Amino acid sequence: MTTLPNSTDKKLGLVIDLDVCVGCHACVVNCKEWNTGGYGAPLADEDAYGSAPSGAWLNRIHTFEITPEDAPASIVHFPKSCLHCEDAPCVTVCPTGASYKRTDDGIVLVDEDKCIGCGLCAWACPYGAREMDPVENVMKKCTLCVDRIYNENIPEVDRVPACVRTCPAEARHFGDFSDPNSDVSRMVADRGGFDLMPEQNTKPVNKYLPPRPKSHPSDPSPSISKSDAINAKGFLGWVDRALEKL
Amino acid sequence: MHPAISVIFFTVSSGAGFGFLAMLGLGVPMPNGPLAAFIASAIAVGLAVVGLLSSTFHLGHPERAWRAFTQWRSSWLSREGVCAVVTLGLYGVYGLNWIFSDERIAWLGYLVSFGSILTVFTTAMIYAQLRTVPAWNSWMTPVCYLLFSITCGVMLVAAFGEWNRVASHSTLSIILGLLVVAWAMKIIWWRNADLSTLQARGSDTGTATGLGGIGNVKLLERPHTGENYLTREMVHKVGRKHANKLRMIALGFGAVVPILICLLQILFEMSVAFLSLAFLSLLFGLFVERWLFFAEAKHAVSLYYD
Repeated sequence: MTTLPNSTDKKLGLVIDLDVCVGCHACVVNCKEWNTGGYGAPLADEDAYGSAPSGAWLNRIHTFEITPEDAPASIVHFPKSCLHCEDAPCVTVCPTGASYKRTDDGIVLVDEDKCIGCGLCAWACPYGAREMDPVENVMKKCTLCVDRIYNENIPEVDRVPACVRTCPAEARHFGDFSDPNSDVSRMVADRGGFDLMPEQNTKPVNKYLPPRPKSHPSDPSPSISKSDAINAKGFLGWVDRALEKL
Repeated sequence: MHPAISVIFFTVSSGAGFGFLAMLGLGVPMPNGPLAAFIASAIAVGLAVVGLLSSTFHLGHPERAWRAFTQWRSSWLSREGVCAVVTLGLYGVYGLNWIFSDERIAWLGYLVSFGSILTVFTTAMIYAQLRTVPAWNSWMTPVCYLLFSITCGVMLVAAFGEWNRVASHSTLSIILGLLVVAWAMKIIWWRNADLSTLQARGSDTGTATGLGGIGNVKLLERPHTGENYLTREMVHKVGRKHANKLRMIALGFGAVVPILICLLQILFEMSVAFLSLAFLSLLFGLFVERWLFFAEAKHAVSLYYD
């Protein structure tokens, strides 16, 4: 049924710490590795070793440059996967009932046997979280590693999404947002976690933590100062003044 | 958005077909005899069915298309499928009865008309419902689809209903009026689409990343060097380059040529057969208009890729 549940017992999701992510793409690769052998059809690639490789990925890292008004530019690596929205527009547009949001834990899934590959759910998602598999022609998306987190055949430490388990910087955290005392809820409260594109009214479950504010030295070194004025002292200052007089 | 030929053909062709069915259902005068009933029915149903079949070509799994009839409570795409099939089924009874008994059951016809209009409305709502594409996300989108569908239907019904006569001035005036209103609405839609940018809806790279509060956010690197499903499907740019020229081409074939043909018919009492030419020109104009509808539209996910 592609109507959304009024509420879910748990709200499982991820916190992604943009202050910590180093952009190594390990989560991207481990996501692909796990999900090509786990839930549903393999995540296919086309022309993988050719000149125009292309394939389905459930997690991708974009890199952005941010230039504040009064400070030098900085780089933020930005991992993006399904946000398991509470008001997921991808679910309600589905004509076949293949897309659904689970009432017990809030995970948004695709029943691939019912998917007709119309692509409308990918159009409805503002975040680009859904990609059509180029070989199986069914819609693929992050399952929050539903085949790991409840899997009693693997050690308990591994019962988290593959991206979380593999992150060498611990930039990704998994937990239940319906519990205000869970680690993820506390992290969001402490660090000012935010939603992506809240104006789309999707109510994402996944939250992002902002980069911590950079320190602003009161006397910026000449190398990072935006102005051309040089205020060097000592020997360099003497060279500067001497050359100025020539 | 990627302008898939199958979807462009579907919306234009089934729009015209259901417009024709809506007019036939209203009981507008048609030539007597089973042959005329058969030809009119075949063209109307043909346009609608060819369009619907073409829409299944872009599916990854057309053999599972029947499943799309199940979620009409929540999904506009499912509603569209249900409305189309129910309307065609009703017309099947109406049309066969018309062909074999030369009588048209009025109440059944009204149901067919209502179903046809509802089908075109649901088709438009598949696009109009998407918040992610601000240009489409407007009440004007279904209005445009409905006006074009009705204009096509009235043109076809006039070409058939009066095929052995000179077109009456009243019919031609109705067609002229519809052409002017439909394209005027489309021009307003274009104007609205130009203003309904992602930025106008409050979305930019800053809100997409949530980092806009820190400073100016600009993409430095895409996730992968190559294209992917998202960039091919939703970050398509071809349409915007020649948008203004293509709008003129759509207006030329869709509005100016059919209007001139109608005016010539009024002036020179020409055969109604020329209305078919006007219809073909309108159809071509609508293909260009529909190509632009997709190719020009900008999706929110482009904020992560531009």
